[in-house]
Amino acid sequence: MNNPQLDADGRLRHLLSIEGLPKRILNQILDTAESFVGVAEREVKKVPLLRGKTVCNLFFENSTRTRTTFEIAAKRLSADVISLNVNTSSQSKGETILDTVDNLIAMHADMFVVRHAQSGAAHFIAKHVPDHIHVINAGDGRHSHPTQGLLDTFTIRKYKPDLHNLRVAIVGDVLHSRVARSEIHALTTLGVPEVRVIAPKTLLPAQVEKLGVHVYHDMKAGLKDVDVVMMLRLQNERMNGAMLPSAQEYFKTYGLTQEKLSLAKPDAIVLHPGPMNRGVEIDSSVADGSQSVILPQVTYGIAVRMSVMAILAGGG
Amino acid sequence: MSSNDIKLPHAEDLLNTLAQKLKPLLQANTALVGIQSGGVWLMQRLLALLENEIEANAIEHGTLDVSFYRDDYDQRGLKAENRPSQIPFDVENKHIILIDDVFYTGRTTRAAMNELFDYGRPASITLVALVNRGGRELPIAPQITAADILLDASHNLQLMQDVDGNLSLKLNASIPQNQSSRTQA
Repeated sequence: MNNPQLDADGRLRHLLSIEGLPKRILNQILDTAESFVGVAEREVKKVPLLRGKTVCNLFFENSTRTRTTFEIAAKRLSADVISLNVNTSSQSKGETILDTVDNLIAMHADMFVVRHAQSGAAHFIAKHVPDHIHVINAGDGRHSHPTQGLLDTFTIRKYKPDLHNLRVAIVGDVLHSRVARSEIHALTTLGVPEVRVIAPKTLLPAQVEKLGVHVYHDMKAGLKDVDVVMMLRLQNERMNGAMLPSAQEYFKTYGLTQEKLSLAKPDAIVLHPGPMNRGVEIDSSVADGSQSVILPQVTYGIAVRMSVMAILAGGG
Repeated sequence: MSSNDIKLPHAEDLLNTLAQKLKPLLQANTALVGIQSGGVWLMQRLLALLENEIEANAIEHGTLDVSFYRDDYDQRGLKAENRPSQIPFDVENKHIILIDDVFYTGRTTRAAMNELFDYGRPASITLVALVNRGGRELPIAPQITAADILLDASHNLQLMQDVDGNLSLKLNASIPQNQSSRTQA
């Protein structure tokens, strides 16, 4: 089957979702990211790989952190970066997505980083652009957020290098979470033997087991002996209707407290993609505690995004 | 001239020659930097040879992978197996001895120097290569070599390391498609 993410030689052309990417490519991205971690610790935090290239951040949906880290990543590769919050620009005047893209191509953009509330938006743009232009999905609807899945996996690998011996629990609003989907695909592709999801039935997609995960509805059972706890944000802004009684009620049952975390292995690490709702899905003492790797995730996120951009731009 | 007609010296002999030539250069403020991968093998062997001679503390050293600084990145992309550069000392005001296996076009050296300057401002950089094969394309040349072996572009000279850590030189016919954008060595 034709995979729009790979070129005829099997090299990465666009990064649209983790699903459909071979293990070889995932490892290439993660291994290259290792080299970029050191760049940020130097006197000059820049390498000249994307010198003279223009990266366009096309954000049809707000996300300060993701946009900022993509911006920093591109700048550390010496690219010129333009960030457009499209919902506040031409789109509000009625311009279509493809017209916006065509205008930026006419301005000689080389790479698009796309965030959109509709699933498939990045695919749509990738199908439209000429061969020399690369597209990175920075989150589309409920579908996929590949760089987040990759940076989470990178962070896990940093603390727990033997992925073939891990038990990972993903906790919370899996139904609305593109992050969860990308994490599950990345972890299972890279050989993590046991991935669990822990959530109330109302926050799990139908037939979630088909993704190769073990389903738990109870935190006590689900967290038992895990090496990694990946918390998800309770997606208030995506919540249509009453799926939950209240935020307080959710915290009581599914919020991560020290007490619940003590059921996991003593050296378990805690991840969260941010932004956190303290006191809703995670207790402050856990978020700021010694097992939390939430801030290293942000740091590694830049190295992983640099890696993706460098690999894409080097392909052609 | 085919690759078989050229008699190559033993890399292990050249290594000892290089160590002898390097000795007078070492001072308190010197650091060795090997360029991946051949230059790093050489550096590790040189460290072992030189540390017997110098009673002072271990010589400061680091490694560079110049993948992110290459000038042919547009055509060749990133190798799948690049390694992090590791410079675990302050480059500022150091006398750096940059070590490469085979000196060819000078483009790797250019990339390595650019990368070094992103760590700080060294007092000086001295380029050391096991073999200078001729063919430089930039105004850069090694100050110290163990052998000069003139080769034309149809040859590809490589330093190899076996499982026991022994070094040897290997000569191949270079791949024709690379002749327009020669391998950086």
